[in-house]
Amino acid sequence: MRRLLYAPLMFIQLVYQSVYLAISQIWANKTRSILTTIGIVIGVASVIAVIAALTGLKAKILSQVETFGNNSIIVQPRLPDMGPKRNLSWWDVRLRPNEFEGLLEHCPSIERFTRISEAGQQMVKYGEKAVQNAQVYGIEPAWHEIEHRAIVTGRGISVIDESRAVCLIEPELRDKLGMDKDCIGESIRIGFRNFRIVGVIEKRSDLEIGGGGQERYEIIIPFETTRKFRQEFWVWAFAESKSPEVLDEGVAELKFFLRRGRHLDPDEPDTFRVESLKSAIQTFNNIAIMVTLVAGGVVGISLLVGGVGIMNIMLVSISERTKEIGLRKAVGAKKSAILTQFLVEAVILCFVGGLVGLGVGKFLTLAIAHSHALLAKTYIPAWAVVLSFAFAGTVGICFGMFPAIKAARLDPIEALRHE
Amino acid sequence: MSQQANSTNSNDVIIRLQGLKRFYRVGVEEIHALDGVELEVRENEYIAVMGHSGSGKSTLMNVLGCLDRPSDGSYELDGDDVTQLSDAELASIRNERIGFVFQSFELLPQMNALKNVEMPLLYARNGWFGRSARAKGALERVGLGDRVKHRPNQLSGGEKQRVAIARALVCNPSILLADEPTGNLDSKTSENILELFDELHKQGQTIVMVTHERDVAQYAKRIIRMQDGRICSDLTKEQDEAKRQSGGDTSGKEKL
Ligand SMILES: Nc1ncnc2c1ncn2[C@@H]1O[C@H](COP(=O)(O)OP(=O)(O)OP(=O)(O)O)[C@@H](O)[C@H]1O
Ligand SMILES: [Mg+2]
Repeated sequence: MRRLLYAPLMFIQLVYQSVYLAISQIWANKTRSILTTIGIVIGVASVIAVIAALTGLKAKILSQVETFGNNSIIVQPRLPDMGPKRNLSWWDVRLRPNEFEGLLEHCPSIERFTRISEAGQQMVKYGEKAVQNAQVYGIEPAWHEIEHRAIVTGRGISVIDESRAVCLIEPELRDKLGMDKDCIGESIRIGFRNFRIVGVIEKRSDLEIGGGGQERYEIIIPFETTRKFRQEFWVWAFAESKSPEVLDEGVAELKFFLRRGRHLDPDEPDTFRVESLKSAIQTFNNIAIMVTLVAGGVVGISLLVGGVGIMNIMLVSISERTKEIGLRKAVGAKKSAILTQFLVEAVILCFVGGLVGLGVGKFLTLAIAHSHALLAKTYIPAWAVVLSFAFAGTVGICFGMFPAIKAARLDPIEALRHE
Repeated sequence: MSQQANSTNSNDVIIRLQGLKRFYRVGVEEIHALDGVELEVRENEYIAVMGHSGSGKSTLMNVLGCLDRPSDGSYELDGDDVTQLSDAELASIRNERIGFVFQSFELLPQMNALKNVEMPLLYARNGWFGRSARAKGALERVGLGDRVKHRPNQLSGGEKQRVAIARALVCNPSILLADEPTGNLDSKTSENILELFDELHKQGQTIVMVTHERDVAQYAKRIIRMQDGRICSDLTKEQDEAKRQSGGDTSGKEKL
């Protein structure tokens, strides 16, 4: 009975005493301990940074997608990977404005769609003030229902606008040009033409892959008005299925419709891309998994290297401390006490490495978050912290076990005789 | 061949060895380091073990200290047969019932005197709490109450050995084993250590000590001489002295 009561008490004492001994040992060899843990530090820091960046990127993209809704489908030109058409230029496969005629009749799962044209970068002038390089897009009225961007004042583009010289601007551009808050009806010069402002539209939340941060302005004009700038222009389209359930049908119908319009043979690949945002997210997720796996491999290797470093230093430490181990055994340390002492020492070394790694990872995360607008949401999820500590602990146990067993098995007399 | 020193009471036997053997195998050769040792140690005895180099004194001490297992024979410690115990049980015995003092002190250089003395308590069943008070008490017992914070390299040889003795005593062992405790010390310092042993013996401590020197052995009450792994003479100090002077015994003559 007494023995039974003692057992858990002894165990607690064993652990406590091992931690105590291990910490004093690590403290006594500070420099060596720090050098030893560098592998673990790098491993954990990279786990943290990669996970944080991916989590942030995902959060950003998901928040982006929310503004589109999950019925959205995007239509873009594409060069096929194979077949005779693979040698065409992008210009040859461009979408043409008339390609979409009769689309809604032929695609019963599609609720609405809008063509979007690119009228390029233009100079905008209002009185004396001018802004270089405003991006001008042409849209159709359905665009407002697909991309939910709030109209701050005035109205959106509507059917009555046809090919008139009207436009929507963003509040930032309005302020930059020094206009009144209520600028509806004012006339601005875009390129060489005068446009009347009919509405102010909220700025698009950033999803720019190119250099973020610098000022960019978007001006929105009716689709047909694009012809006032150029005869030929890039076109793509946004469509929305009637419900999330028929999203895949919508994609298939669109593909069929476009293939027929382009007279593609059944064995020819598409010369365009029709993709739902949902599948784009899927694609992103797949890429994220790939990146995670590759990063995981790198991290695994660095943890392995770190682990071997720990094992090496533990072996050195044990051969240096053979006499000490012999003495400890001579005064009554059991095998289990010696084993725990060295195992705990290895694990604590790894945890220290993990802790430093976490700090470095946090620093890297901050750096990443500031490096690019797309990564601004980068943060370290709690599970990543737990995961990296679990990793560090496992490395400590795995690589500390062999040296610890070696120490525990030493014969006290021989160990004491060791020089 | 071996004469038993007269005893008062047979109930207080701490150690009983019967036909104890320890063989070492080196290549094809078998070395009989201990070759049938018969010995009884009673409570509060003070024994000096003498003999030529290689006669098996250290081997005997290691077996007595449960650091080593005999190849054959029986060893009873406080009435328990030690030869049958597991490694873990032997470790507990070393911790609780045996205090071992080494020729070369064996202090841990990175720890101060107090921490060195505390060490056995770390492994004791209920040594964790109050261990520094107990260690301090042990240091005071060996007269080093004012050297608590000193590290081994800040202590003289004699002081180091005192710290080692305090460490051996801290768990209140049944028996104190010392293998040439004065072997690394000059004669003056040796005297101090031996006076301490005397003191401990007066307080009731049982002591077995290995030595080469007759002067050292004179502090003990009983002198055992070994030869070729056996005890060849086991006498009280007075008997041993008489026998030596009559020139009757040369077997255990100390080397000079
Ligand atoms: N680990 C070992 N392997 C083989 N032989 C050993 C071993 N340890 C001791 N011996 C042998 O056993 C015999 C007794 O050795 P022991 O150390 O007990 O002698 P000792 O009486 O203590 O000698 P000394 O006075 O020199 O310390 C010696 O012949 C020695 O060579
Ligand atoms: Mg010896």
